[in-house]
Amino acid sequence: MKLSLSWLREYVQLPAVLSADELERKLVGLGIEVESIVDQAATVKGDLVVGRVLEIEELTGFKKPIRFTRVDVGNPEPQEIVCGARNFEAGDLVVVILPGGELPGGFKIGARKTYGRNSNGMICSAAELGLSGDHSGIIVLPANSAVPGVDARPIVGLDDVIIDVEITPDRGYEMSIRGVARELSYAYASAYTDPAAVPASGATAEAPYPIRIDDTVGCDRFAARVVRGIDPSAPSPAWMQRRLITAGVRTISLAVDITNYLMLELGQPMHVFDLNLLRGGLVVRRAHPGEKLTTLDGVARVLDAEDMVICDDSGPISLAAVMGGETSEVQPDTVDVLLEAAHWDPVMVGRTARRHKLFSEAAKRWERGVDPQLPLVALDRAVALLTEHAGGTVDERVLDLDHVVPPAPVLLDTSLPTRRIGLAYDTEQITTLLGQVGCTVRGVEPLEVTPPSWRPDLVAPIDLVEEVARLGGYDAIPSILPPVRGGGRLTPGQLRRRTVGRAMAENGYVEVLSYPFVAPGAADAFGLAADDPRRSAVRLTNPMSEQEPLLRTSLLAPLLGTLKRNLGRGERDLALYETGTVFLPHLTAVAPPVLGVDHGPSDEDWDAANAIVPEQPWHLAAVLTGEAAPAGWWGAGRPATWSDAIEAARIALSAAGMTPDRITVRAAEYAPWHPGRCAAIAVDGTVIGYAGELHPGVISALELPKRTCAMELDLDAIPAAPVIEAQRISTFPPALIDVALVVDQAVPAAEVEAALTEGAGPLLESVRLFDVYASEQLGAGLKSLAYNLTFRAPDRTLTVEEAVAARDAAVALASSRVGAVLRGA
Amino acid sequence: MSYRNDPYDPKQAVLLAPEALEAAVAEAEKAFAGAGDLDALGTLKSAHLGDRSPVSLARREIGSLPPHAKSEAGKRVNVARQSIQSAFDARLAELELERAARVLVEERVDVSLPWDRAPRGARHPLTTLMEHMGDLFVGMGYSVVDGPELELEWANFDALNIGPDHPARGLMDTFYVDLPGLVMRTHTSPGQVRTMLSRKPPIYVVSPGRAYRTDELDATHTPVFHQIEGLVVDEGITLAHLKGTLDHFARSMFGPDARTRWRPNYFPFTEPSAEFDVWFAQHRDGPRWVEWGGCGLVNPRVLTACGIDPERYSGFAFGMGVERTLMFRNGVSDMRDMVEGDVRFTRNFGMAV
Repeated sequence: MKLSLSWLREYVQLPAVLSADELERKLVGLGIEVESIVDQAATVKGDLVVGRVLEIEELTGFKKPIRFTRVDVGNPEPQEIVCGARNFEAGDLVVVILPGGELPGGFKIGARKTYGRNSNGMICSAAELGLSGDHSGIIVLPANSAVPGVDARPIVGLDDVIIDVEITPDRGYEMSIRGVARELSYAYASAYTDPAAVPASGATAEAPYPIRIDDTVGCDRFAARVVRGIDPSAPSPAWMQRRLITAGVRTISLAVDITNYLMLELGQPMHVFDLNLLRGGLVVRRAHPGEKLTTLDGVARVLDAEDMVICDDSGPISLAAVMGGETSEVQPDTVDVLLEAAHWDPVMVGRTARRHKLFSEAAKRWERGVDPQLPLVALDRAVALLTEHAGGTVDERVLDLDHVVPPAPVLLDTSLPTRRIGLAYDTEQITTLLGQVGCTVRGVEPLEVTPPSWRPDLVAPIDLVEEVARLGGYDAIPSILPPVRGGGRLTPGQLRRRTVGRAMAENGYVEVLSYPFVAPGAADAFGLAADDPRRSAVRLTNPMSEQEPLLRTSLLAPLLGTLKRNLGRGERDLALYETGTVFLPHLTAVAPPVLGVDHGPSDEDWDAANAIVPEQPWHLAAVLTGEAAPAGWWGAGRPATWSDAIEAARIALSAAGMTPDRITVRAAEYAPWHPGRCAAIAVDGTVIGYAGELHPGVISALELPKRTCAMELDLDAIPAAPVIEAQRISTFPPALIDVALVVDQAVPAAEVEAALTEGAGPLLESVRLFDVYASEQLGAGLKSLAYNLTFRAPDRTLTVEEAVAARDAAVALASSRVGAVLRGA
Repeated sequence: MSYRNDPYDPKQAVLLAPEALEAAVAEAEKAFAGAGDLDALGTLKSAHLGDRSPVSLARREIGSLPPHAKSEAGKRVNVARQSIQSAFDARLAELELERAARVLVEERVDVSLPWDRAPRGARHPLTTLMEHMGDLFVGMGYSVVDGPELELEWANFDALNIGPDHPARGLMDTFYVDLPGLVMRTHTSPGQVRTMLSRKPPIYVVSPGRAYRTDELDATHTPVFHQIEGLVVDEGITLAHLKGTLDHFARSMFGPDARTRWRPNYFPFTEPSAEFDVWFAQHRDGPRWVEWGGCGLVNPRVLTACGIDPERYSGFAFGMGVERTLMFRNGVSDMRDMVEGDVRFTRNFGMAV
């Protein structure tokens, strides 16, 4: 919202010299956000002076008529200036910018040759000075209003300071000169004149026009005045136009400009009808569903039963509080007008504005709350301004249908401000501060505080505490740490996410945080079966991109997108990981129970509400491509493979406190992985994720590098990390025996190892596969697995015989269970 | 064969003569000193200390001496032998030292060779920063709470005094979903609602996490962002406690000069409300106030909606953007770098922030 300082000064006494920084500090201290403070005088640089046109020479032979002028700008010699405008005569006072000056927009003025003459400066139009959109000619100042050579800025109104502020949604009253001037009077402890605190003409027995309110909830006040016989060609005064333009409001006609001007000054939106275009009496009511109205912006709108409308015999003629209709609009020849100032239900206006996407200046004010005691004052001002500038006769009758409920008093315990602010405020200070904001304070304990009509936001004691704190100053509040109550901790789940994340990063993975948005096509690209539950995704109704309206059910799709972005930027060897939530909707979509705000929800209602919230477990995913280890001076590199993906899962599980004996890794067929290179990862027998190489079809569909690998685990499905039991460490020497076993290619190494471990018995300390080998010599369909077996007893040095016996038992079980044959035996 | 029973032969005893022994010692010392390396020294050892060395041969002659002469000759031989042994040991030590020094020289490597055998991983700075912020509050006795990102509309809005017709509800650029009563949370505050519904005061919690608003991604906005919010509900909580907490947090984050400055503002869920700036002395463009977050006393209506008696308890809440904090703290000039997942951005941070 843009306000001019000169306008504010009309109602609040401010220091004559006011720095922008100080003004901004004061406004910010009041809770008014400042977007900018612009000194208009600085928008035109250099000499902008009043000039008197001495001679005009018409230049001919050009495409358009051009004038060569001699202008007295206060120097001994007249200034020679070429000018394209024609709306002036010799003797007129004009505004001249001299060479070296600069107009708004960086337009620099120099002495130059044009149309065959030297032009030393420029005679300015209002548009060129940024004062209005008027390009029709140069500014001609009233005769004798100034002498040549003086600074023209104050004369044309280029001496104001424009303050652009943001008003918080709770303070509708600040959306006016009246409100901001009031606020500044607190900050400067200076005199304030309330423009609304003036006597106004009250309702008369007879109304100037028949009007009825059918819905006093939607409209609790409706006031109207009539003026007849105005001069329809009377323009708005220049000062009014200037203020409207600096506030960003278009000037339209005197009658409309007056209503806008008063909205800016008082905060009361108004509407003006052409009296002669009204058909019969007016009715203020809710719209009938489906009723139509073409608003002033030319849009034909279908109305809702909640919208309020003003109707005449022809039907709706105005979308109440938001925008007028075309049929009753003031016309260029309008001579009789009906001025309306009403008070509308903020909730209704907010809904209507949102429904019709019509956030007019009026709607913004209504939604935030308008003082219901303004209508008669605003009408008096409007009538006075209109007749002053356009003549006409005021109908002395005043309509005022007033159903406004006065603000209820708030009972304030005098200790509450101190108890909530933490800074002592006594009753006198409280009374003074609340009095400043317009409250009436009565009583002793508790205080009976009646808020002023313009403060509908003051309804509870805490609202009054806020005003005390704000006007008392936030800087005055002491800085005290609350007493420590203990109990700070992280949950096991939070600790696990940290530990797992660190383990991944320490093992070469780089963390990314992808958006969780997914394209519907991702499920097909991943080759998910028609009934795969991961196809059931929550859909955003207003996604950032129509291409990606779904919420991820797996981390992989967005993560692979991030992988591709990195590839596109020239990276080749990538190992990425992400921890984040996935969104798994329940299959039934019922609305949650209605939960009130007057008390906490019952356990049953709260549980029922939460039952519809989709499961959002934390997942961990990793993707790899390129080399897992680079080639270098140390030797060859190593490509990332399916086994790195499986290892990543094991790294994460180990970090989560899962010992290897609890983890099983089995071949699985699960999209989007390669069916022959995919492992299901289980903890205590429960599958919690998959790892391996992606399916070649998926790689091709997503245009990923060949052999891209991936892993995804449900972190929340990992059991809580147990307290790990210590192992007894034997200090006796080990017996080391290697065995090579020949088995069928299809036998998983994990099963061979399990058989060896079980068969060897308690003397086996460790078993480690150190070679996998296949050859023609060995035989088709066979492979050789070579193991280091380490045997050790807790209480003695093992004999060779004992170790060999254990080895034989191990081999025997592997032989009987998976058909292993001891090589070289 | 033994010399022991040999008859005394003065000719044989010549080797025991003091001059002969002195000569043997001198010769050995000279030879050892001339040995250039350990191998040469090794071959000289037998000649001067071995079975056929002069001192060894001299020792054999002792037996042939008359008893009265044996003792003196024995001493003489021993002295000579010890001298030779000492000379040998000294030279051996010398040569071993030389060899050790030479090996160290010969085994010298180029320590400046590249070290990136194992690719480096890294954690995202937003994760690390959020954990750091959470830890500072854990140190102040707070717990860290999580909540769902796809949240009940009631918890995201209504319970926080943002009714269906509240103007602020229109200001929040909410992502809606095809399920009734649910939204992508527009802030992490619903986590506070959940906390108040699940625990009794005193409540001291922070909720770091992701939130969603329909802002287009640009240098200073992202539709998916991170916040950390704090909530305290206890008896006798005041704005002064809030200020003390924020000032303490600011000092923990940015050093002893840091402090906060408040500007009155409006949030539906707090009353009174303020936005706050932090004095950030390490700013790359010089010390300055930086906008940091919003705060206030928990609106009694929020306490009521969450089943807490606002007459008995009061509380404060505050929140700040993690991206914004990372931007000024670490000099990130474009928010897109934080969301695009470029490994070069993240690797720069390693395990720290």
